[in-house]
Amino acid sequence: MVPAPRSPVDLQATLAAITAPVKLVFFTQTFGCDSCLAARQIVDHIASLSDQITVEEFNLVLDKDQVDRYGVQRAPAIAVVGDIDAGIRFYGAPEGHELVSLVEAITLVASGDSGLSEESRVLIAAVDQPIDIQVFATPT
Amino acid sequence: MALENTHITASAVAAIEYPDLVREYRVTGVPKTVVNERVEILGAEPEASFVAHVLEALA
Repeated sequence: MVPAPRSPVDLQATLAAITAPVKLVFFTQTFGCDSCLAARQIVDHIASLSDQITVEEFNLVLDKDQVDRYGVQRAPAIAVVGDIDAGIRFYGAPEGHELVSLVEAITLVASGDSGLSEESRVLIAAVDQPIDIQVFATPT
Repeated sequence: MALENTHITASAVAAIEYPDLVREYRVTGVPKTVVNERVEILGAEPEASFVAHVLEALA
């Protein structure tokens, strides 16, 4: 597994080490989104730490094509997209543990390697129907 | 898991910001994982056990 960054310095070093492009597709909403600004600032900060990370911003209400393309239902939302879109999304401002998870997701997407065991990979490869995993978490 | 199979998608949800989802999925502690709106996993689990639980959603 990719080691999770634990401090701002680690965050910087981890993101600076990424060697493949990752796009953060950010969905915002003009009204009724208290955390959209904070989320956007976090996304911008992360992107500033690596030349490989780019940001695209869309509006949840206005940009229906992109909303459908990425299958997001709420804002703020961040799609972590590499070579392909593996369907990894973050909802809400990624602070604390969530920031660590986001950075880990970025490094995994960049590497294209899940870091899972061979046993797990074999089981997962056999999946031929949709599975949607939602993980609820808090910043601390 | 989402990286390993295109049928699989994964979302991290900041529980504090979505009280409607917290109610809908009866989230009383974190982390809580909900798979296909059906299987619930409470707390963090070792990889093998987590994967097995997620795949229960297809059983």
